[in-house]
Amino acid sequence: MSGSEQESTHRAIERVARESYGRLVAYLSSHTHDVGSAEDAVSDALLVALETWPRDGVPQSPEAWLLTTARRSFIDLVRHRKVAEASEPTLALLREESKDMASSPEFPDERLKLLFVCAHPAIDPGMHTPLMLQTVLGLDAARIAHAFLISPTTMGQRLVRAKTKIRDGGIRFEIPQERELPERLDAVLDAIYAAFGIGWDDMAGVDQHGRDLAEEAIWLARVLLQLMPGQAEVHGLLALMLHCEARRAARRATDGRYVPLSEQDCQSWSLPLMEEAERHLAEAARCGRTGRFQLEAAIQSVHAERARSGAIQWNAIMMFYEQLLRISPTLGTRTGYAAAVAEAKGAEPGLAALDGIEAGAISAYQPYWAVRAHLLRQLGKTPEALDAFDRAIGLTEDPAVREFLLQRRG
Amino acid sequence: MQFALLIFEPPQAFAARNADENDPYLGAWRAYHKALVEADIFVGGSPLQPPETGTTVRLKDGKRRVQDGPFVDTKEQLGGFTILELPSLDAALEWAARCPAAAIGAVEVRPVSPEYLRRVTG
Repeated sequence: MSGSEQESTHRAIERVARESYGRLVAYLSSHTHDVGSAEDAVSDALLVALETWPRDGVPQSPEAWLLTTARRSFIDLVRHRKVAEASEPTLALLREESKDMASSPEFPDERLKLLFVCAHPAIDPGMHTPLMLQTVLGLDAARIAHAFLISPTTMGQRLVRAKTKIRDGGIRFEIPQERELPERLDAVLDAIYAAFGIGWDDMAGVDQHGRDLAEEAIWLARVLLQLMPGQAEVHGLLALMLHCEARRAARRATDGRYVPLSEQDCQSWSLPLMEEAERHLAEAARCGRTGRFQLEAAIQSVHAERARSGAIQWNAIMMFYEQLLRISPTLGTRTGYAAAVAEAKGAEPGLAALDGIEAGAISAYQPYWAVRAHLLRQLGKTPEALDAFDRAIGLTEDPAVREFLLQRRG
Repeated sequence: MQFALLIFEPPQAFAARNADENDPYLGAWRAYHKALVEADIFVGGSPLQPPETGTTVRLKDGKRRVQDGPFVDTKEQLGGFTILELPSLDAALEWAARCPAAAIGAVEVRPVSPEYLRRVTG
């Protein structure tokens, strides 16, 4: 086989792995709840593919091939582990399923159930995102650990613990009932957005992983939308992430300097991504139920509008923040609201809005101090401004942002 | 729970100590220190003189061995340490990532050992 053929086989395996991993894990684990064994089986199948496909060629139906191989390995794994776990009913179920599968090449897409399992209220909220990244996208524990700033060993242990709970804790693989759906869906959306946020913060340019994680989050949201069309907040989340993603390149000058949003050159924003974001926002509006992610996307939409009008409608941004405060008064929302008030009405009322946030909450929250420093500087309160700049600089992780703030501080 | 942040710095960070008041690395450290104090987690710590001022002592086969310089001779050297009072390793890693040295050197996080300290101090 020639080098280029080999390369294209590798690319085919990568593509199938990316597209099928979550589907295979979700399918194999949906009845047994044994996510860990399902992952091991799919990894085994991918290894076999890496060995045999370059030699024998890519099979006609790669996903079906992977499923057959993974299922065989899965039954072996479960049988092997059965000694300790007495899972005879599981095995019976699998064998029966194998028979079903023989008659139909298609297998059901259970990823939605798996997403709901990952963000189940019985699972530690801090593990929702790592679980999704691993079970649905196949990211390895070490890479997730880097992004979450946790040691790889610890992350591995936490993932195993969470999967044991899924297997033994009676967590059901199902789409939640209408009654509890909004709350359960929120948890899924939060987890996806958390992955995006980590990718976003890491964008420093230092860590290539960061960039990927934001892309993975968008991919997850697309999968979710495909499985759950017509949910306004899913459209809202996708719109929000796409608007931010559109500005990725503009966040750094060519020499690596940090460029704040209001000073970015909007010519370097991605028009296709912004247009796609707007389509999702319009689609969300048609669904007729507003929510947190739509409001956050609407705020980003107003910023994007600058590319066309040349101006930022701060009154509109302030209004969206007011609505957002009513449904999600997080520290981030309150800080963003204060910044919008300052732009719309002046630094004085903006500072008053910041003062309304209780002191205990903000001791380690960088954006609060950055906004505060900016407003105090505008009001000519120099010593207080310098102090707030120091707090913001000291809480900054991204070296480019730190340098930017140090320069502003003077 | 107390954690020590062991701060490893490359040669240019040690060289920067002689720079003037407007040095950005010094500015970043001042800001970081202020953030630690204001967050009420700072227990103690200090920068150390550059590695070449170190003298390493060990006893080998009952004989004293004294060596000029630091214990390990690598590009990045221990430049200081900070002890923080924090609820968990997760929180300590977050503060370590904000440390100005994290971007140019490395910061090792280690739990302080109060049990052993008690055995040592009686």
